Amino acid sequence: MIQAILVFNNHGKPRLVRFYQRFPEEIQQQIVRETFHLVLKRDDNICNFLEGGSLIGGSDYKLIYRHYATLYFVFCVDSSESELGILDLIQVFVETLDKCFENVCELDLIFHMDKVHYILQEVVMGGMVLETNMNEIVAQIEAQNRLEKSEGGLSAAPARAVSAVKNINLPEIPRNINLGDLNIKVPNLSQFV
Amino acid sequence: MPAPIRLRELIRTIRTARTQAEEREMIQKECAAIRSSFREEDNTYRCRNVAKLLYMHMLGYPAHFGQLECLKLIASQKFTDKRIGYLGAMLLLDERQDVHLLMTNCIKNDLNHSTQFVQGLALCTLGCMGSSEMCRDLAGEVEKLLKTSNSYLRKKAALCAVHVIRKVPELMEMFLPATKNLLNEKNHGVLHTSVVLLTEMCERSPDMLAHFRKNEKLVPQLVRILKNLIMSGYSPEHDVSGISDPFLQVRILRLLRILGRNDDDSSEAMNDILAQVATNTETSKNVGNAILYETVLTIMDIKSESGLRVLAINILGRFLLNNDKNIRYVALTSLLKTVQTDHNAVQRHRSTIVDCLKDLDVSIKRRAMELSFALVNGNNIRGMMKELLYFLDSCEPEFKADCASGIFLAAEKYAPSKRWHIDTIMRVLTTAGSYVRDDAVPNLIQLITNSVEMHAYTVQRLYKAILGDYSQQPLVQVAAWCIGEYGDLLVSGQCEEEEPIQVTEDEVLDILESVLISNMSTSVTRGYALTAIMKLSTRFTCTVNRIKKVVSIYGSSIDVELQQRAVEYNALFKKYDHMRSALLERMPVMEKVTTNGPTEIVQTNGETEPAPLETKPPPSGPQPTSQANDLLDLLGGNDITPVIPTAPTSKPASAGGELLDLLGDITLTGAPAAAPAPASVPQISQPPFLLDGLSSQPLFNDIAAGIPSITAYSKNGLKIEFTFERSNTNPSVTVITIQASNSTELDMTDFVFQAAVPKTFQLQLLSPSSSIVPAFNTGTITQVIKVLNPQKQQLRMRIKLTYNHKGSAMQDLAEVNNFPPQSWQ
Repeated sequence: MIQAILVFNNHGKPRLVRFYQRFPEEIQQQIVRETFHLVLKRDDNICNFLEGGSLIGGSDYKLIYRHYATLYFVFCVDSSESELGILDLIQVFVETLDKCFENVCELDLIFHMDKVHYILQEVVMGGMVLETNMNEIVAQIEAQNRLEKSEGGLSAAPARAVSAVKNINLPEIPRNINLGDLNIKVPNLSQFV
Repeated sequence: MPAPIRLRELIRTIRTARTQAEEREMIQKECAAIRSSFREEDNTYRCRNVAKLLYMHMLGYPAHFGQLECLKLIASQKFTDKRIGYLGAMLLLDERQDVHLLMTNCIKNDLNHSTQFVQGLALCTLGCMGSSEMCRDLAGEVEKLLKTSNSYLRKKAALCAVHVIRKVPELMEMFLPATKNLLNEKNHGVLHTSVVLLTEMCERSPDMLAHFRKNEKLVPQLVRILKNLIMSGYSPEHDVSGISDPFLQVRILRLLRILGRNDDDSSEAMNDILAQVATNTETSKNVGNAILYETVLTIMDIKSESGLRVLAINILGRFLLNNDKNIRYVALTSLLKTVQTDHNAVQRHRSTIVDCLKDLDVSIKRRAMELSFALVNGNNIRGMMKELLYFLDSCEPEFKADCASGIFLAAEKYAPSKRWHIDTIMRVLTTAGSYVRDDAVPNLIQLITNSVEMHAYTVQRLYKAILGDYSQQPLVQVAAWCIGEYGDLLVSGQCEEEEPIQVTEDEVLDILESVLISNMSTSVTRGYALTAIMKLSTRFTCTVNRIKKVVSIYGSSIDVELQQRAVEYNALFKKYDHMRSALLERMPVMEKVTTNGPTEIVQTNGETEPAPLETKPPPSGPQPTSQANDLLDLLGGNDITPVIPTAPTSKPASAGGELLDLLGDITLTGAPAAAPAPASVPQISQPPFLLDGLSSQPLFNDIAAGIPSITAYSKNGLKIEFTFERSNTNPSVTVITIQASNSTELDMTDFVFQAAVPKTFQLQLLSPSSSIVPAFNTGTITQVIKVLNPQKQQLRMRIKLTYNHKGSAMQDLAEVNNFPPQSWQ
C-alpha cells in the first residue's frame, strides 16, 4: 500500500501532497520537511530507495523517489509494493502529466494543483494502484474535463442537460445540421454513455 | 462584495511574496475573504473558494473551516462542484471529525447517479477515507457496482471493496460471489484491481485462501492470463518498453506467491509458467527487471523444485552485476531474505557481495554488510574478516557500531585460532575503538583470560597500542585491565609469539598514570586504571612505593568512585597488607556460559579456591571484583555483598544466573518440581581427565571426617549412593558424590541424573564421568553435586533419572529424605 505521495521542488516547497493514511496537519508538514531533507542528501548516481524517516512509520516503510529536473516525486510505500514496480509507476504518472499538460513543467503543477490531484486520483486510489494504462487515464481525464467545461458554459440545470444528452440514441444524430447559413457541428458525445 | 479572486490569481499573488511573513499575511487576508464569502452562502463561487482553501492547506495553513463547505459542494448538482467538493473531503476530512458522517447520504445517492464520473468520484472518496460506519452502510452499493459491466466503475469498485474489507473485515464474505467472474474481464484495469482485491482477501483470511485454491481454481486462471500476456505479442495499449502490461504481470506473480505458499499442488501448477517468465523476460530495461525480481521472490517463497530455485538465485546473482544501482539494491535485499534457506547457493555469489561493500551508495553498503555477516562461516572466515576489517576502516560512522558488533560475533563463532581471534579484536579496537559497544569490553576480557598461553602476547600488543594514543575508551579499558593482570609478564619480556619488548616497571606505571590524569578518560576508564595500578603492587617488585603514593593521591579525588577505590586500596596497604597478595592474585579462568570456539578449555583453578574462602573480605570489599564474583559462581553469593558495580561483571554474573536456572521453581511441599535444566552437558564442557581428578579427591583441603553415606535410590537394578564431604572453612557447603551402579544384565545407556532442591538451597551439578552404567556392577558413573545450605535447613532432594534399558526409555522420579544430619547441620 502506498502511504503517501509527495511532490516538492529542489527547495522543499510542496507542489503536491497526498496522504493515504491519516496524519494531523502539523505532522503532515513535518513529514514533508523531513522527507525533503532525506532526499536532498542523496547523490544522483545512487539508488532510488531510502528507508523511511521516523515520522512516517518505521522500518516497514520505504521511500522511493525520482528526480525530474526541478521536482522530486516521492512515494512512501510499505513492503507489499514492488520497489521496481513503483519506480515504473512514478514514470507512468509523470508521463501522464506530460500528456495532459503538454510538456509539463513545474509551473503547471503550481497553477493547476487541483487538476494534478484529479489525474492522480485516476492512477492511485486509496493507496492502491488503480490504472496504469496512460491512454486510458488520459481519456478519462479529458472526458471529465469536458464535463466540467460544459457545466461552466451552461448556466441552467446542467445535470439535467448531461443526462438528457446521455439518453439520446447517438448513432442517429447527424454529424452536421445544416440550417441555411448556420452550420452546426455536433460534437462526438460517445464518452458520455 | 467583489467576486472572490480565482485560484490562479491567488497563487500568483502568493508567489510574489518574498518572505514567509509576507506570505502569511496574504494568506490570512484571503482566508478572511473566503470566510465572509462562505457566510454569505454564495453558491456560485463556493467551488472557487474551496479550491483556494485546498491550495493554502497544501502550503501548511489551517483550513478546517472549509469542511462544511465541502459537504455543501458534494450535495450540489454540478459536476464541477462535486469534483472539488470530494477532493476537499478527501484532503480535509477524516473519520475523527463527526462531520464526515453527513457525507454518507450524499455518497449513497451519488453511487447510483446516472453519470459514471460522479459514481466514480463517490467510489473514490469512499475508498480513500470511508470510516467503518460508512463502509458498513454503503457496502451493498459497492458490491452492486462490482458486478456492473462498466469497466471504469468496476475497477474503482474493486479497490473500494479492498478498503471496505480493511475497515470491516466481517464484510469479506459479501464480496465473494462478485469475485467469481472478475478474472474473465478483458479490460486490464479491471483485471489489475481484481487481482488486488483477491490478494487482499487471500492475505486476510486463510479460509478464503483455501477456498480460492480449491473451489475457484484460481491458480489455473491466473496462469492462463499470465501466459496470454507473455505470448500475445505486441499490443500497443498495454505496452511498456516492449513488455505487455508489466504491472499486471507483477500483480499476478504476487498473488501466485500467496497461493503457492506452503501448498504443493498450487506450486506445481505454477512451476512451468514461472520458468517461462524467468527465461523469456527481457532484462535490458527496468520493467523487465521488475518482473524478474517478482518472479524470483515468488520462486523462493513457494515450494518450487530445486532447479527452479537455482535458476532464481542465478538471476539474483546476475542482478548483482548489473550497472543499475537500484537493481543491485533489490538483489541484495532478496538475497538477504533467502540466505537462511538456500545458504549454499548464495555462498557462490560471495565475492560479488563483498565487492558491494566498496560501493559508494550508503543503502547498498548497508545491505552488503548485513549479507556478508550472514555468509560468514568456518571456511571463509579469514578472507571475509580481512574484507570486513577493511570495510570497518573506511565506512561511515553510522555503520561502525554495527560492523564492530558483527565482527565480534563472527570472530567468536568461527575463530580458527586464539591468536587470530585476539589479533582481530585488537584490530577492531584500534580502528573503531570508540564505536564499540559497552558489552564488548567484558566479553573481550573474558576471552583474554581464557586464552592462557596468549597472555604475554596480548598484554604486549595492548601496551603498544595504548602507548601512542589512549583516547579510545574501550581499548584503554581492556588494556588497563590486562596490564594490571599480566604486568609481570610484560616487564619480564616473555613473549613467544612476537619480539618481546623491553619495558620497565616505571614506564608501565607512567602510561597508567597518564590514563588517570588525561581529560579524555571517562570515569569508568579511570577506575580500571586505578585498579590496575593497585594490582601491579603485587606483581612489580621495585615500584611499590610509587604505587602507594599514586593510590593515596586519589584518596581525595573529586570523583566519588575513584575516591572510594583509592581509600580502600589505601586501607589495604595500611591495615591489611598481609592479605594484599592473596587478594590481588591472578584471575582464574571464567566459565563461559555458551559453548563455542575450538580451543575452549575451562579449568576450575584449584589454587585460587582456598584463598577467597579463607579471607572473608570486609563488607565494603576492596577485592578485585571478578574474584568476588567467582565466589558468586561457586556458592551462589549469599553472604558476599555486591561488588563495585562499575567493573566488568557480566560474564561471571551470568554464570551465577545459570546456577539459578538450575534450581527452577521448587517448593518445599513437594509439588511436582519444574525439572532443573539438564545439568550435565551444557553447563561445562570438561574433558574427562579433569573430572576424574575432581571426583576421586575431596575438593577442600580440610575434610570433615566420617559422614555416613546413604543409598538414595534403589530400584529396577539401579542403585545410587551418596557420599558426603564438608569443609570446616565453609560450613554451608556440602559436596555430594553420587555413584550409580547397575546390577542387571544389560547396560543402561544415555543415563542422565537430575536433581532439584528446595528454594532455600542452591545446587550445582558437575559433569558426570560417563553416561553408561555398565551391567553386573562392573563399573559406576560418578557425579559431583555441590549444595549450598546457608540456613542450615534439613537437606531434601528430588531426583529424576532417565536412561535407556533393554531397548526402552525409562524415567523415574524419587525423593531423597534420608540425608544424615551431619551433612547439613
